Amino acid sequence: MTTSVVVTGIGVTAPNGLGTDAFWAATRAGESGIGPVKRFDATGYPAKLAGEVPGFEATDHLPSRLIPQTDHMTRLALVAADWALADAGVALDQWQQFDMGVITASSSGGFEFGQNELQKLWAKGGQYVSAYQSFAWFYAVNTGQISIRNGMQGPSGVVVSDQAGGLDALAQARRQIRKGTRLIVSGGVDGSICPWGWIAQVAAGRLTGSEDPDKAYRPFAADADGYVPGEGGALLILEDAESARERGARVYGEIAGYAATFDPKPGSGREPGLKRAIEAALADAGVTAADIDVVFADAAAVPDLDRAEAEAIGAVFGPRGVPVTAPKTMTGRLYSGAASLDTAAALLSIRDGVIPPTTNVAPAPEYDLDLVVDGPRTAPVATALVLARGYGGFNSAMVVRKAAK
Amino acid sequence: MGRRVVITGIGVVAPGGVGVKDFWSLLSDGRTATRGITFFDPTPFRSRVAAEVDFDPEALGLSPQEIRRMDRAAQFAVVTAAEALAGSGLETADLDPYRTGVTVGSAVGATMGLDQEYRVTSDGGRLDLNDHRYAVPHLYDFFVPSSFASEVAWSTGAEGPATVVSTGCTSGLDSVGYAAELIREGSVDVMIAGATDAPISPITVACFDAIKATTSRNDDPEHASRPFDNSRNGFVLGEGSAMFVLEEYEAAKARGAHIYCEIAGYATRSNAFHMTGLRPEGLEMAEAIRQALDEARMNPDEIDYVNAHGSGTKQNDRHETAAVKRTLGEHAYRTPMSSIKSMVGHSLGAIGSIEIAASALAIENNLVPPTANLHEPDPQCDLDYVPLKAREWTTDAVLSVGSGFGGFQSAMVLRRAS
Repeated sequence: MTTSVVVTGIGVTAPNGLGTDAFWAATRAGESGIGPVKRFDATGYPAKLAGEVPGFEATDHLPSRLIPQTDHMTRLALVAADWALADAGVALDQWQQFDMGVITASSSGGFEFGQNELQKLWAKGGQYVSAYQSFAWFYAVNTGQISIRNGMQGPSGVVVSDQAGGLDALAQARRQIRKGTRLIVSGGVDGSICPWGWIAQVAAGRLTGSEDPDKAYRPFAADADGYVPGEGGALLILEDAESARERGARVYGEIAGYAATFDPKPGSGREPGLKRAIEAALADAGVTAADIDVVFADAAAVPDLDRAEAEAIGAVFGPRGVPVTAPKTMTGRLYSGAASLDTAAALLSIRDGVIPPTTNVAPAPEYDLDLVVDGPRTAPVATALVLARGYGGFNSAMVVRKAAK
Repeated sequence: MGRRVVITGIGVVAPGGVGVKDFWSLLSDGRTATRGITFFDPTPFRSRVAAEVDFDPEALGLSPQEIRRMDRAAQFAVVTAAEALAGSGLETADLDPYRTGVTVGSAVGATMGLDQEYRVTSDGGRLDLNDHRYAVPHLYDFFVPSSFASEVAWSTGAEGPATVVSTGCTSGLDSVGYAAELIREGSVDVMIAGATDAPISPITVACFDAIKATTSRNDDPEHASRPFDNSRNGFVLGEGSAMFVLEEYEAAKARGAHIYCEIAGYATRSNAFHMTGLRPEGLEMAEAIRQALDEARMNPDEIDYVNAHGSGTKQNDRHETAAVKRTLGEHAYRTPMSSIKSMVGHSLGAIGSIEIAASALAIENNLVPPTANLHEPDPQCDLDYVPLKAREWTTDAVLSVGSGFGGFQSAMVLRRAS
């Protein structure tokens, strides 16, 4: 019998809400956190909007010694981890250190920190580069810092598969729990809203040029023209279901199924991989398409990618065969932070029996999706599918469901 | 007994040796590939030594467009993946794309590309707001190192799970460990797995200067990487890649593949202590070793050779010596343990995979590579570090360990397949 893995804690730092409750209240109500970039002057760039986490003062939450050695996104991650552990009712001193691990996703590391040190290097000289640069930029930083802050010595790791990574991290956490670790902090918190990160994102040609926050990021609309990037994400506490039950933990739901695929090389004429990922994730969970109550879409807002996703969903579920939603229309795309935030939203949907809306979108009829657009939809949700894709062709799919009593 | 995982193909790009043959020749001769930095003018820096690869991507089959699009680290990975696949006897046409996955380890991603592009788009650091009009069109591929996995998947035709594993200096072990788990659980049958890094850029050199982690032995670059030697004073930055073809054992046997060895056990633990510091007791690395042996169902005295992390910093050498003694007990004193970083330097995320290649080749050849430049061991490091000369040695099982920034401690057990 394979170990069942459950989520017992959620910590959120999102553009439309700092903290799980604020995020979920805003998300249910369709309130967006997208606006003009505040962290730097973006007026001269072809993209001007972002989803920035509001009201976050790192020193309110973290010891001052951590501030000079961390990027903004690492500070958000440390706080999200604290909140997730508190939400799960984990008293660290009652745990063996080797029983707890940290597995996060990253996309571009602490890029703003890296920008500052690169500027010192080239404008002033190598001797001005920070002693913290060797680890504040690199992709393993959030896992390392969270493990140190919380004394977690169990299996840890970091996966980088652009926006698909958030699900890949949760799946790797599930693997380690099945191999015997009791608890893993997992998910992603990300963000590179700085000039140097901005031009890298602009270069990919997928950001919208829109300046109207209410009309900018419109996945599955006929005239979708790109996405708005954001910062933040969610960290979740994953536990062995048996162990969680024994300590009387409150359970949000089970990580029931997962699969990942990679698209064929462009121009090969072969079928893209998302449909296979969905089918394999359903099979892994032991469910059929009819069991899925809602799909949290990747929602790229790039026409070719929207079409590929709509076709994959249509092929598995049939035309308008399942409610589909993209609450990331209220946060922007959070890179490695997106999929764990969607997983958190899926678990809260299960808890409350409500599907959060996709905002600002008039769905294109050709996609034949039942997109949840006119406010939240009340519906019993027992099983949800979360999709995430990364630049280059990464496809990941995860099934979460209400835990067995 | 569940599914077993074996190595059937190896590709290496390392300082002093492009290709498995040249790489092994360097190691078995005990030659070093550490030299003065030539990629840029190192004069302003404290540490001016590195192990650079003499690498001609076009001669190795990459097209001009691929060369332009890929950071040097991605180029390495594509080249080593091709060598591994060719050596495995599998053709791309033999692979079931859906049952083939990719993992690429990398600690620092496209650092060379990013350093260069930052300099251009900021006009040498003068602009606070980088000018997007000067950015190369593929800048996003440097921004996210996941592009390394994309490139390897495209070049090999893999359409199963793909990812980059980035756990600092244990990335090369953790990437292969991750891949082995995917085969064992049945998600895939074949993995193209390994690691790459090309970190010899001004920003990397500056950041290690800032914490004095790299050596200042600039007047003697060929002997600058001195793990376990009393005169060591830091590591030598390197670059390179190793990629492997991993297969499920029964399938590999059935097709008559040459099997280098089995990945018998793997584990990783964290010290949860400090982003760059190590506690001298080595408790967490010892726990990783114990778990890897446990997964391999082997006793400590079955290990014939320990492939050390051996970076050549005082804290590392003592830390891992303690961890190995803690787990192998008296057997530690009878077991050769060497660091190939003495010859090829420390290529950060790549080195763990390059060390797996060295370990597999030690099993293949019953020859243990030496620790070069080891003349007078640190008195606190009192194991058999195989100084200067390779040793003929019956090697059926190898323990390879790694330790990295972020607190990661990883261990892998490789065993002759039978």
